[in-house]
Amino acid sequence: MINYWPLLGIALVVIGFVLRFNPLLVVAVAAIITGLLGHMPFLKVLGTLGHGFNENRYVTIIWIILPVVGLLERYGLQEQARTLIASIRGATTGRLLIVYLGVRQILSALGLTTVAGHPQTVRPLVAPMAVAAAEKQHGELDEKTSERVKAMSAATDNVGLFFGEDIFLAIASILLIQGSLASFEIQLTPFQLSVWAIPTAICAFLIHGARLLLLDRRLGRRK
Amino acid sequence: MINLHWLYVLAGMVFAGFALGSARDETNPKRWSNAAFWVLLAASFWFGDFFGDIGNGVLVLALVAIAGSHLIGRGSKVSTTPVQREQSSRRHGNMLFLPALIIPFTAFVGTMLFNYTPLKGLNLIDPKAVTLVLLGCGVIIALIVSYVWLRPPALAAVDEGSRLMNGVGWAAVLPQMLASLGVIFAAAGVGTTIGAIVGAIIPSGSVFLAVLLYALGMVAFTMIMGNAFAAFPVMAAAIGVPILIHQDGGNPAVIGAVGMLAGFCGTLMTPMAANFNIVPAALLELKNQYGVIKAQVPTAIPLLIANILILYVAGFHL
Repeated sequence: MINYWPLLGIALVVIGFVLRFNPLLVVAVAAIITGLLGHMPFLKVLGTLGHGFNENRYVTIIWIILPVVGLLERYGLQEQARTLIASIRGATTGRLLIVYLGVRQILSALGLTTVAGHPQTVRPLVAPMAVAAAEKQHGELDEKTSERVKAMSAATDNVGLFFGEDIFLAIASILLIQGSLASFEIQLTPFQLSVWAIPTAICAFLIHGARLLLLDRRLGRRK
Repeated sequence: MINLHWLYVLAGMVFAGFALGSARDETNPKRWSNAAFWVLLAASFWFGDFFGDIGNGVLVLALVAIAGSHLIGRGSKVSTTPVQREQSSRRHGNMLFLPALIIPFTAFVGTMLFNYTPLKGLNLIDPKAVTLVLLGCGVIIALIVSYVWLRPPALAAVDEGSRLMNGVGWAAVLPQMLASLGVIFAAAGVGTTIGAIVGAIIPSGSVFLAVLLYALGMVAFTMIMGNAFAAFPVMAAAIGVPILIHQDGGNPAVIGAVGMLAGFCGTLMTPMAANFNIVPAALLELKNQYGVIKAQVPTAIPLLIANILILYVAGFHL
């Protein structure tokens, strides 16, 4: 007999996120309730939560980059990123982000996924450049437009990463697919799998690229 | 051999620095609770392996208590004014990009060295930790170069780092918390339950409907778990292998690869994938914490449709 009660934990997460409670609180409460509904004693739940947290510390390491980024911002890194974009003729937000999308996809396809990212490149370089280009196209940006340009910068990084990395043979997700299918006696090489990431990578470039060009058109219409 | 523990020592030092920088910022009314939050994380990096599972669980509850009672704030201290930054950027010019590019450059060169040269065989770095070790090296080199070149005040990196860290706030540990939630979900059998539910509603007779259910199942389960990795083994076992590959004779490479990519479309649309969707919103100081997701949905949905078509055409008709 399958125990359906732990699924209530998922519902709690959804409700908590929709009602915009503090996400850390939502996740902790959902974890504890899910564990209890799965017939684990409280101390076991607490221990499992603590163990999972300790084992996944590497996820949080990325923040060690912030002192470098902050230090350079103190000396005008964002301002320089803006100056550089302003000096390139024909630079627009859409074109800049399309170039970034392509470069991010290619680097990820070569296995160089950590070369770029939100703390590494988006916050210090890409977002300020995209905003500066938008100001050049549109004049001063209202808050809504500036938020939209920054959000698109982050989105472009994600799309480039997700739909480039699977072309690389030794990436975790390809190895996971290979391993999962091997447990059903279906033997595939990483190469057989990664070539089938190429059609989706092209579609991702075309779809997101088209949206970036639309963004350009909207920015081009002056107030 | 350099392994993750070396990185944890470094990360503990940086988080201790964030605590110090937060405590020093008198403009932040919540500076002491901010400092406590980062001290707990520093302790987790340094001593997590000695606390035991229950001890770590208590540490998690303490972090949640601080964040959940809205005790994390940010200061308004300005180190340099916008005018000073303009002047400094004019003085240093494009050279300012150099230290910022050291980190990606180190990652690039290091990855090349450790994958394609004899260095690979020397076992200098634990293979599982290579990318993070290179990140750590890049940060240290970039910090040294910046200090030698720009000669900032001694504690500038601490202050500037905590300025950015307090801007991100509690969102900084959300990805790690979600990973622990995934561990609980697995222990409570959530994956097998979902697999059983999906397995029970499989439509018979229509290959297209089965493909649709497989792709949408990947998306839904990925959105719940926050990453496609947890979803893939479950959906492969429930539909991918028994129905699409064995019963309908689909191409296993397509079913596997494109099924995973359909899941990635789900990753673009869920707050559970916090490090990609919530953290950047905090890092870019967006008003709407779901702003990045909103920007991604119009890409994710057409791309999902494209993936479904690729699965159906390339999986069964090529």
